[in-house]
This record gives sequence, structure tokens and C-alpha cells, in this order.
Amino acid sequence: MNLQDYSVSRSSKAARVAAILAAIALLALIAAPWWAGRADMRLMGELFLYLSLATLWNLMAGYAGLVSVGQQAYVGFGGYMLFALTMLGGLHPLAAIAAAGVLGALISIPVAVLIFRLRGAYFAIGTWVIAEVFRLSFAQITALGGGSGSSLPVAIVKSLASGRAMREALSYWLALGAAALVVTAVYLFLRSRQGLALTAIRDNELAAGSLGIDIWRTKFIVYVVTSAFTAMIGALIFLQKLRISPDAAFSVNDWTAFVIFIVVIGGIGTIEGPIIGTLVFFALRETLADLGTTYLIVLGVVAIVVMLRAPKGIWGLVRSRYDLQLFPLGYRVKHIGQSKEN
Amino acid sequence: MEWLNAIVQGTLLGGLYALFAAGLSLIFGVMRLVNIAHGDLIVLAAYLGLTVTTATGMHPMAAVVIVVPAMALIGYALQRGLLNQTLGDDILPPLLVTFGLSVIIQNGLLEVYTADPQTLNAGALETASVAVGGVALGILPLLTFGIAIAVIWGLQWTFYHTALGRAFRAVSDNQDIAQLMGLNRRHIFGLAMALALGVTAIAGILLGIRTSFDPSIGGGRLIFGFEAVIIGGLGNLWGTLVGGVILGVAQTIGAKIDPGWQVLAGHIAFLVILAVRPNGLFPRISG
Repeated sequence: MNLQDYSVSRSSKAARVAAILAAIALLALIAAPWWAGRADMRLMGELFLYLSLATLWNLMAGYAGLVSVGQQAYVGFGGYMLFALTMLGGLHPLAAIAAAGVLGALISIPVAVLIFRLRGAYFAIGTWVIAEVFRLSFAQITALGGGSGSSLPVAIVKSLASGRAMREALSYWLALGAAALVVTAVYLFLRSRQGLALTAIRDNELAAGSLGIDIWRTKFIVYVVTSAFTAMIGALIFLQKLRISPDAAFSVNDWTAFVIFIVVIGGIGTIEGPIIGTLVFFALRETLADLGTTYLIVLGVVAIVVMLRAPKGIWGLVRSRYDLQLFPLGYRVKHIGQSKEN
Repeated sequence: MEWLNAIVQGTLLGGLYALFAAGLSLIFGVMRLVNIAHGDLIVLAAYLGLTVTTATGMHPMAAVVIVVPAMALIGYALQRGLLNQTLGDDILPPLLVTFGLSVIIQNGLLEVYTADPQTLNAGALETASVAVGGVALGILPLLTFGIAIAVIWGLQWTFYHTALGRAFRAVSDNQDIAQLMGLNRRHIFGLAMALALGVTAIAGILLGIRTSFDPSIGGGRLIFGFEAVIIGGLGNLWGTLVGGVILGVAQTIGAKIDPGWQVLAGHIAFLVILAVRPNGLFPRISG
């Protein structure tokens, strides 16, 4: 038994195949405006934005242990920043989306300092309180339509692109780009030194702390970065919708409940989970949405059953069976055997 | 005088919030479970009250004798059938399961009772009032406050002077040793949830008489109860009454300044207290 009998590698054949397939899929998706219909593109755009939200929530809950039920705070904040900066500040919509991210990060700093005092489940409800504070505050701003909200003026929509087809394609590409950016950023972050610290905290907070990891700081960074991205996604969501109101912008069902179900069903604490969960969620929604409230009850039941019977979600089941990892994060030690001379 | 009035009315409103909070505090104290569906269970109790009063013609206050045992039964079944499976070191399962439960209850209520706002008709009780030193006090808010004090006193007495309370404290301190001493913790947890939902039933009926309700308001009630718990300090039942009163007064004063500020003022009071006293005013157990 020598060290030389073992090899340590990060990648695997499955991961390389997956990377190639993902690249092909991405190219096909970029070309969607030439082959997909308008309704399909709208649906896919929405899917990409949900995928981004789910990936971000998963980074917080699955890795940093920050279970938030108040991410709608940043979705709504980002949406409102898009409207405020374009309508009142005269910014170009694309610049406003970027600015929404920066402002989202800035506002999340005092919020984090305050609600990080709450632990576990109380933290979760604390985030909800923050989202309510945001909702009630934006409902007071008459320049943005108060409680009834406002629509994005035509001139601003047209400044994005003059033709409707081009506008729709641009909106789709922005959503696709956002999803690709978020998934890649989370993947690279988890492979970095900070990501390793985060994984250590996920596995055992006490042990991680005793190894010198600054737990508060690591979680704080994750919270602020997630908030910034979530605000940008929020701006994109309401750029697609073209209309905003406090109840729609800060809806706990739309921006948190669905996102949580996506992550839980797909597999929490993995990068693949939110992707699978988003596909399952949209498949369920497209087939069962006509049932209305029954559909939501079914979704709740499925989430509870998955949480109790298969807490690692669909991807967890796949992985326990086939030892697959499409986004290689950890290192694997393989026994090469005697055939190789040292 | 108007400000004094706002403070008095807010104090009485605090009684209702303390009732929202008492169930939440009890469940957390015994099994460290934070029930996200708590607000929806309050609304469920209000709807059960509606069904009982319309079916039998009973006065809502009398319907308590049916709704409280019904909710207690639901609580016991829920704990033994579902929530006991989620307990452990990981905080995620209880949180997500109760979150799923919240969505199920909310949409189940929508399915059965539709989204129309409802109210429990309590006749003359709704508007009756007495004048004390120039301030008109509603009989219903006074009654609510009195019930809140009685319920918290009752819970406190149960906790510290009965065999059941001793069992609650034992499983709260150390589940494994309590189990070794012959307590069945699954059963004890079931009883704790039954007691908590019994309190929730009273809160739901009083809520239904006071204001109109619809299936979507559960989240807001959960937040009020939660804020009262945190302001008062975790695990302190009398603290939840103080927390409820502070929240109620903040809301009525906020509403006095601008009607749109009512709920927001309550949230801000909560955040200020969280910033100044992170463990609440009278903490008994650390979170």
C-alpha cells in the first residue's frame, strides 16, 4: 500500500461528458430565437430566471446553512430598483439592472448585521419580516405607484430595442445569460478556497470554527453576494413582466415557496439539484397548472414527502445509485492497483 | 388623550398577539420546533369556528368548546404522524416540512372556503364598550386581553405544577434521559402540540370575531406571533405577553401617525429591539 497506488483527481469521465453536452445545449439555447416560438421563449426565459433563484437559494440554504424564507425581499427590491432607476433616474434598463445588483448588495449589509443575530428557524422568519418591511415601505412610495404599483413606460421599453422580436430575443438572452452566469459563479465559488470553507461549515460548523474558519464572515459574504445576484434577477423578472406592484414583487409564494420546492425536490446542497428541480417544477406546472389550488397542494405534498423520504432529493437518489457528479466539486481518491510500477 | 387612547387600545391588541405567540413559544420551548404553519393553523381555527357557528347557530365564543378539542386533536395527529419524523439536529426538515404544510393548509382553505373574506358574527359583543376615564374600551378587546392572561397563567401553571409540565420540561432539557426515565417523548411532543393548537384555536376564534379573515392572512399572523416571542425573549411565556403588548402599541401608534404605517411600525419596533437586545427583553433559553 503505497501512496503511489492511489491517484487523486477532481474531474471524471461523466463530468467531462456533461460539460461537453452542457456546452452543446448552451449553444442550442443561445440560438433559440431562430428556432423557438414566442411562447416557448417566454417560458424558457422564466425557467432560466427560476433556475437562477433556485441556485442562489441553494447556495445559502444548502451550503451556508442560511435558510431564508425572505428572498422575495431582494427579488422585489431589484424589480423596484429597475423601475425607479429607469423612470425616475433616467438610466438605460441594462445599466439599471447592474445598478440594482450593487444596491441589493449595499442594502443587504445592514440587513445581515441585524438578522444574523437570529439563529436557525428564527433567522428564517426574520428574513420574512425584512421582506414585509420592504413590501410595506415600497407601498408607501407614491412616485412608484404606491400600493397599486406601476407599469414600465413604453419609451423605456423601446430604448432596449426598437423591434418587438429583437426585444423578446434580448430579454430571453438576458435570462439565459443570468442563469449561465449564476450557475458558473456558484460552481467556481464552491471550488475556491472560500467554497471549501463553506462546505466545511455545512458539514460541521463547530469543527470548521475550530480549524480557524471565520464562520460569521463566510456566511456574511454568501448572504451579500446572493442578495446582489437575487436583486439583479428580480430586475430581469420585472423587465419581462413590465409591471410591478408591492404584492407581486414581494410575493412569498412566487419567489420563495416555489424556489424552496424546486431545490428540495431536485436535491439540496448540490449544484445539479436546482437544475433538475427547475425542470421538474416546470413540467409539473405546465401539466397541472389548470388544477389551480390543487396543484399547489400537490406541490406541497411532494415537497414534504421528498424531505422526509429522500432528503437529498432526486439528484441525491441518482447519486447514491450511480456515484455521479456532473459538476466536480470534491476530489476523489482512486486505487490504481498493482499494475502500475512506482 | 388620543395618544393615551392609542396606547390603551394597542395594549389590548397585544393580548391577541400574545395568544398568537403563546402556542409558538410553547412548541419551541418543548421541542425546539419552529412552526412556519402556525399562522395558517390560526386561520384554520377561525374557519373551523365559522363552520361550527353556521352549522349549529352557536355564538362564536361558545364554539370554543368544539374548536379547541378539534384543534388539539389535529395537533396531536400532526405531531405524531408528521412532525415527529422531522425532529433532530438538522433544522432544515422541520422548517421545510412546516413550510410545505403552510402551503397545503392555505390552498386547502381556499379550495373549501374560497378567497372571500369571512367574519365570525358575535352580535352585540363586537361593538359593546365601557368608558373608563374618557377612553372607550371595547368589551371584546378587554375580554381578549383577559383570556390571554388566563391562558398564559394556565400554561405557566401546567408547566411548573403538573406531571405533564414536568414531562415537558424533562424532554426539553434532555430527550434521551427523559426517554430513559420512562417518558415516551413522541407522545409528550404530541401532547405539547395538542396544547399549543388548543391555544391557537382560542386565538383563531378571537381573531375571527375581531377582524375579517381569508386564507391568505396566515403568514402575517405568524410574523406577529414570532415578533412577540422574540421581543419578549425566547422561552418566556409572560415575556410573550409583554412582546405582544409592545407590538400592539407600536402598531396603534404607527396607525395614529399614518394609517399605512400600522403594520410597518410594528416591524420597525421589532427590528429596533432586535438591534438593541438581540435575545429579547426577558430571555430564558438561548436560541
